Amino acid sequence: MLKIKKKIPLIDQHDKHYLYGGKFGGNFIPETLKKPVEDLTKLFAKLRYDKKFIQERDFYFKNYVGAPTPFVKLNHLTNHLGGAQIYAKVVSEANGGAHKIYNAVVHALICKRAGKKYIVGDTGAGYAGKMLSMAAKKFGLKCKIFMGAKDIIRQKPNCDSIRKNGAEIIPVYSGSQTLVDAVSECMRYWVSNCDTTHMAVGSTVGPNIFIKICAWSTAQISRELIIQMNKEFGQIPKKLKLINCVGGGSSAAGFWNEFMDYNKQQVEFVGVEAGGPKKSKLHAAPLTNSSKIGILHGAAQYVIQDKDGQIGETSSISAGLDYPGISPLHCFLKDAKRARYTSATDEEALQAYKLVSKLENLSPSLEPSHAFAEAIKIAPKLNKNTIICVNSCGDAKKDRAIIKKRLGFFK
Amino acid sequence: MKSNIRIAFEKCQNEKRPALLTYTVAGDNTKKKSLEILNAIAPFVDIVEVGIPHNTPVADGGQIQSSAYRAIKNGIKIKDIFQIVKQFKKNKNTKPVILMGYYNNIYQQGENTFLRECKKSGVDGLIVVDLPWPENKVFSTKCKKQSINFIQLLSPTTSATRMRKILKDSHDMVYYISMLSTTGGKLKVSPKIILKNYSKIKKIIPKQNVVIGFGITEKTIGSLKKADGLVVGSALCKAISSSLEQRKNPVQGVLNVVKKLKAKII
Repeated sequence: MLKIKKKIPLIDQHDKHYLYGGKFGGNFIPETLKKPVEDLTKLFAKLRYDKKFIQERDFYFKNYVGAPTPFVKLNHLTNHLGGAQIYAKVVSEANGGAHKIYNAVVHALICKRAGKKYIVGDTGAGYAGKMLSMAAKKFGLKCKIFMGAKDIIRQKPNCDSIRKNGAEIIPVYSGSQTLVDAVSECMRYWVSNCDTTHMAVGSTVGPNIFIKICAWSTAQISRELIIQMNKEFGQIPKKLKLINCVGGGSSAAGFWNEFMDYNKQQVEFVGVEAGGPKKSKLHAAPLTNSSKIGILHGAAQYVIQDKDGQIGETSSISAGLDYPGISPLHCFLKDAKRARYTSATDEEALQAYKLVSKLENLSPSLEPSHAFAEAIKIAPKLNKNTIICVNSCGDAKKDRAIIKKRLGFFK
Repeated sequence: MKSNIRIAFEKCQNEKRPALLTYTVAGDNTKKKSLEILNAIAPFVDIVEVGIPHNTPVADGGQIQSSAYRAIKNGIKIKDIFQIVKQFKKNKNTKPVILMGYYNNIYQQGENTFLRECKKSGVDGLIVVDLPWPENKVFSTKCKKQSINFIQLLSPTTSATRMRKILKDSHDMVYYISMLSTTGGKLKVSPKIILKNYSKIKKIIPKQNVVIGFGITEKTIGSLKKADGLVVGSALCKAISSSLEQRKNPVQGVLNVVKKLKAKII
């Protein structure tokens, strides 16, 4: 069995081929990208230990992103379910409405340090794109966002924001016209323009360096949470479950990072993938459904695919989770049994949204609604000494049309 | 023993012209048609590259993507690709065939199984777009043991030191990517600059066969004929697409383009 080493950041637990556990991740990239990836790897290796860079990051996290985001108890939900105490880390309170802002700000800062004026990125739910366009505007960079044509329609509010921030949306019509195609097209664009342009992959996927930058950025979430928990409980609870949705896996990686060295009996990580529509065979849950290891977007990972190695079609109500692969970091955590992965269907996520938004002053987007679905499922079976914390990593404004159509109301 | 690939280059050198390499996607638009295309163009081509269609190709532009999606939609499987090669080799067993694709399609078969099938069907070489050096060291050694050429790629971003290391591990042919682009991009660098970079490679390893690809069309091929070989792919995929749009036979469409290309370099 694979083992997670203690006291070494998870992102650094790879071998010389950048493989985690000897099999996940790596850099399966065209020759043209070797040098830009290597340049970025060197630059980031320097910047992440550069005091001035970290000061700059912290300054913008505090004054621009709005750190720390709230940590709140969901009293009504807890009483309603009658079991574990349920809390939420309301990351959706961050500027822009989701955790994607951390990665976007860090990439914009790196882009400036690299002396590049253009930045490009992919987006599924539109949050990564929206945040990158915000950061680009803030730091005076020209920005292009690649987005699947299907997602452009279903996540219109975020597209409006992207355009308002002065970025250009490049619609992607190939394949399933969702996140997987957006990432491919963005990488193609980078192949052609890597001399002038910085690429910001929107999640903990892609060639190794993008996984590192993203997880390093979102780690802010757990840095804040540890302080907030110590304040609330005087210590890290004896029985804690950290529940997070996973698509690419960036918010979960950040939500769990600082808790990595705790014993899993004390701090359990639960990742919730998108199970797709209830009566469909399609899903976006490669870990839950034991997909095989394959190469997608430059990295080896568990990925939905056929026997020949063609990447499989996915389906999820949540554009942000609608991705056939999953971060190599999560593959590693799964095989090392440090995290447990499960899935929630579209319908379960919608019901979770309904309950949470009815009982609490909270309106989680469809992505974290998957995580809430799992919390709702397990909380009644647990005793009140167990603390469940859900990362409410996105705001539902972007899902207004979908939720209204499916549930007949929107909070 | 000399490889078919080496022999093909020697023949072209004797004729004082660059080798013409074509790239078409296996199964585009059907299994049968793609074999017909290979058979039709073979007399005019020195080395045929056969694309393994992949549905998330990160280095391919629109034309090759369309061909790949079309082939997959029409049901092509990896085992069919080996059959195509086998059938093609039946009549033209010395015409070198290079399979070009993405690593996942090989990885899912298993490297060893994949190479065995290559050997059985008569594949002469492999280009794996997303398995760069040094990650390809183990696999390229396996290829060599089976007398299958593993073709290393070089690009304008490849540094001189890296280039030397890659060339040291190269077999009978290397592939120089003309510019920063996906396949089928408009040639945005002047032929003069491309040939200058090409000479740098030749200087390091004068006897190596170096081909240039990406952005090569009827318009540009003539200006690059100093190279050992020139690869044309997207222009042929485009010919298939437009033949199909006009309800014409894609075999004829591709053949016409190949003949024109050949005329420009002899």
